[in-house]
Order: sequence, then structure tokens, then C-alpha cells
Amino acid sequence: MTRDIAVVAFAQSDILRTTEEQSEVEMLMPVLHDVLDRTGLKTADIGFTCSGSCDYLAGRAFSFTLALDGVGAWPPISESHVETDGAWALYEAWTKLLSGDADTALVYSYGKSSPGSVRDVLTRQLDPYYVAPLWPDSVALAALQAQALIDAGDTDEPALAGIGTRSRATDNTRAQLRGSVPQGDYVVRPLRTGDCPPIGDGAAAVVLAAGERARELCSRPAWIRGIDHRIEAHGLGVRDLTDSPSTRLAAEKAGAFERPVDTAELHAPFSSQEVVLRKALRLDENVRVNPSGGALAANPMMAAGLIRIGEAAARIHRGESDRALAHATSGPCLQQNLVAVLEGDPR
Amino acid sequence: MPEVLKAPLVVEFPFTRSLGPVQSAFLTGLRDRVVLGVRTGDGRTLVPPVEYDPVTAEEIRDLVEVAPTGTVTTWAWNHEPRRGQPLSSPFAWVLVRLDGADTALLHALDAPGPDAVHTGLRVRVRWAEDRVGAITDIACFEPYDGDPAQPTGHSGEFEDPVTGIVAAARLDYTYSPGRAQTAYINALADHRAVGERCPSCRKVYVPPRGACPTCGVATAEQVEVGPAGTVTTFCIVNIKAKNLDIEVPYVYAHIALDGADLALHGRIGGIPYDQVRMGLRVEPVWTDGGRYPDHYRPTGEPDADYETYKELL
Repeated sequence: MTRDIAVVAFAQSDILRTTEEQSEVEMLMPVLHDVLDRTGLKTADIGFTCSGSCDYLAGRAFSFTLALDGVGAWPPISESHVETDGAWALYEAWTKLLSGDADTALVYSYGKSSPGSVRDVLTRQLDPYYVAPLWPDSVALAALQAQALIDAGDTDEPALAGIGTRSRATDNTRAQLRGSVPQGDYVVRPLRTGDCPPIGDGAAAVVLAAGERARELCSRPAWIRGIDHRIEAHGLGVRDLTDSPSTRLAAEKAGAFERPVDTAELHAPFSSQEVVLRKALRLDENVRVNPSGGALAANPMMAAGLIRIGEAAARIHRGESDRALAHATSGPCLQQNLVAVLEGDPR
Repeated sequence: MPEVLKAPLVVEFPFTRSLGPVQSAFLTGLRDRVVLGVRTGDGRTLVPPVEYDPVTAEEIRDLVEVAPTGTVTTWAWNHEPRRGQPLSSPFAWVLVRLDGADTALLHALDAPGPDAVHTGLRVRVRWAEDRVGAITDIACFEPYDGDPAQPTGHSGEFEDPVTGIVAAARLDYTYSPGRAQTAYINALADHRAVGERCPSCRKVYVPPRGACPTCGVATAEQVEVGPAGTVTTFCIVNIKAKNLDIEVPYVYAHIALDGADLALHGRIGGIPYDQVRMGLRVEPVWTDGGRYPDHYRPTGEPDADYETYKELL
């Protein structure tokens, strides 16, 4: 059974350095209400619900179950969860809709990095035998990749600074860092504060719908023409850190290379990773990259990838894009990559 | 709004992990100052070694010794080492391709400063004094301008191999329970229980979490509930919990506080365990300085009628 499936609504919270006055469900609920209001749907109307989050950010087991209070999980609903970025929850919801088991899906994700030290927390996703005992933090691993790119002649420090500056020159009012942000001192050389994402809390949600249902709910649905995700070898020393073959393969399988895109929302938490992704995705100067500011302007863990899909879709909804690419990543040095291609109806 | 509560939360666990044959050989080798790789079907040598070829997924077991000297393939200067990292003074993170290997190993490089490090730098292993069969048996790398070291010709077989590691993990958080639970905890300090009423279904949730799980809407209207309540269901605990100074058997119960539409749970005391029953009326007992009821005891009222609590089981 082939069905056309679209993103019909997107909402996100303000991304803030800390939201300690709110529990996770308190932070999430306004976003859920916002995204449902955009479609006129009630939680009871939703066919499938899928979320993305991570217990290591909260420091508690099964932390996602508390957030379920925000969607009204009684009487029982059809629901699932992924322990990673919400972009992968969207992938699961997309397959559910493809199967015909549901016509609408609510996808949400959230992360509060403020309670812990996210650089340390992220070390716990590394190989526990050879790597995690050394506690290499997320910035350190990204810095190894950045130096490899500099050595390869793919970029240099001024070019990286330019990526940071361009990303934060956004009019996205939800973003955490906007305007003139100093490039700053080295965090782990060659990466400076301006090359690294802000640490922040936030939530995002999208509604997916299939076929005619999508047209009823949205005047210009963002049709998902293809979506795919791939992974690299986990050993960093096995990979060529200057390239991202998994992103290229995911893009190929998602149909990204069949026709040019006009917009790309890339989940590149570090400026150097945008260099890798532009190359892997063959994006030229004609493509608008991260008009939202991307992860350098706001990087709520577990939501930043879903936000890329949401931002790309919202531009199609508003008629500012006709064919957009959205990318999400997870793991050190772009280990896992998801690519979605979204299109609006011809105008 | 009063300030939200905050408290340190430490998550600490000594993960005990068993090793497969390849990881066991590699880590045992480090203990004995030997670096082993594994050969893939197409003749590449992977260091650190893995049990499955990352390209073909073929199982690989062919151990091969490589030299403790090598070349930096990329690096990053870490001027502020963090807890748990290999060196406490500024160092470089490096990926090192050891002589004889085709892939690179992540570790730390002890160098005087970033100007002393570059891609292509020759380095050698500095062994830890006390070696136990772990990646940290390599204390770090250090710059080295001599000839490549010669492997000793080790077979990869060991008489007393390391078969497991303990990977200690500790993460520190500052936990905040948010607005609704802060209000609940603050009220408990005054020996009061407050719930929140859902604006849609009018149910009162206690403890409140700021959302109605049925309607999926925010709750904000505070409602004082209790102090007395009704046992809706219970169990008898026969196994003593570690670090808990309560004699077994004892009763743990669901208690619907008067005015609440959700039962919370607590221990029942002041009555023999085998006389606790559904419908028993109870009230909280506070101990000096306690921030929550120590337990609930019978009020002496007649039992509640089943009809009054059957929705709250």
C-alpha cells in the first residue's frame, strides 16, 4: 500500500539555557497544545503517538512515561517511544502511517540538558570498553573531526567562524543564540565557543497525516517524498571523519539527489559538521542552509533533529520553499544520520 | 511563585561487563604491555580490535601484534581536562595509527602545548604503572622520535586472560521537580497535602505533576486534600529492604486521601499487618522533622463503603 504522508503542523518551545521551574511535562505541554491547535485535532483524534527523549539527560529511568501525561494517555492510546532524537520517532510514525494502521500521528520530543553536564552525559553513549573509560566529551570528539577537516584542506578556522556567524544571523525568535555572538576562546582546539552549540532545554512536536486527511488539516502539506537513516562504524578510528557516507546513502535512498532542493535544514551541532554535511549532500551555494539558525543557534538534545524536519516543513507550509531537505544526527562525529525530503504541491 | 526546589542527584553505577575473545585478548595484552589488533578478511589490521568486520560483518578472530609506536592521524588540544579523563594537566586528544595497524586508536597525548602537536607526529605508548586489563593501562601517548618499535611476536594467547571489566560511571545532576511537585513538597513540609484539579475533567490529582494524564491539559488549581483517607488496596511486604529500618511483615497500601481522585501510596502502621483491609480509614503520622508522612495509622472511624472508593483502586 502506497500512501502520501505529510507533515501538516509543527510547533516548538522557546529554547532556553534552563527551564528549572518546569518539569519536563510542564515544558512540553504548551508545545503539544500548539501543534494540535494548528490542525484543530484533539489528542483523542490522533491515531498514533511517538516520542523521542533520553533518560541520561534526566538522570532517571523511564523518564518519558511522565511526559505521557501531556498527551492524555487514558483511555489507552497507541503509543511508542525512541531513546534518541525525535527525528527517529518521526521515522517510526511515518512507517506506522505507511502501513495503513493510522491516518494521523503526533510526534514529539524534548530534552532538558540543564540538570546535568551534557558534555559528560554524552560520553555514556560511547563504546564502553575502549572509549567511554577515557571520558572523551562531545566537544573533544567534534574537535578531532574539525582538525581532520582542516588538515584535509576542507576548511579553516575563519571559515568555521563564518558558519557560526551565519547560523546565528537568524530571525528565528525561538532560537537560544541570535545576533552577534563572539567566536570566543577555544573550548577544545580547534573549536571555539562560537563553533559549538548552546546548551539548552526545549521541546518540539509535529503532526503527520496521510493522503486526503493531510489536505483537510493543512492548506499546503509538506509531503514526505523520502526518508532514510544510516549509521557509520562505531569505531572513530575506523571512519574517515572528513566524510559522511551514511548521510550520503540516506540522502540517496530518500531521493534527495533526484532533483535539487531549495532549502536544507542540517543538524550540525558543530560548525565543522556543516562542512562535512554540505559535501556529503552535494549542497551548492543556491541552497538556503539553516535559515532557522540550525543547531548552532539552538540545540535542545533529542529535539534538535525533529526541529530540522519541522522547520523545513514549516517553510513549505508558508510557501517559502517547494522542495526541502531535512537532516538529523545522533552520536559522536555524525555517527547516525537521517535524511528526509519534503515537497509542497506545485504552485 | 515561590522558588522551585533543587537538589543534587548523583547517578553512579559500576557497570560490570564481560569481554568476548577479541576484547579479552586486547585488554589482557595491554596488561602485559602488548598491543594486539585483529586481521580482517581483506588483510586490514584493526586496532583497537573488534569481533566483527565493520565492513562485511564477518566474524574475525585472527589476532596480530602491532607496535606500541605510531602516528597521530588527528588531534585536538584539551586545555581544561575534565573528571575521569586520562591526564589532569592540559593534553591533546589524539587518534593514533600504531605501526602495523590500518585504523586509529583514541587516547590522550602528553605534550607541553598545542605547538608541540601536529597530525603526522610520531608517538609511543606510555604504560600505566598499575595495569589491570583496561584501556587505561595505556596511561597516554608521548612524542617519540625513534624508530618504529618491533613487535615481540606475541601469539595473542594468554595464560590468565582478563575476562571482564568494571566500567565505573558517575553523572552529577541538579534535579528540580518543577512547579507542581515543588508546591506539593512545600505543602508537605507544613503537614498538608495539596493536589491539583483538572480544569477539564475536574479530577484532583495528588501528588500533582502539572498535567492531567487523562485530558492532557495543564493543571494549576490547588486543592487541599486529606489529611485522612481510605485504603483502596494493599499488599503485605515480607522481605526486608536494605537500609530500611522497618520490621517485616508490614503493609504497603494505596490510600485515597479525602477529596483526591487518585490514590497515593504509603505504609500502614499502628495495626497488625493481618488486620489491614480495603476500606480502612487512615490518617498520616508525621515524625519530627519529617518532610513527608512516615506512615498512616487507623483513625478508628468505621470502614468506608466500597462504592465510595471503587473508582480509585
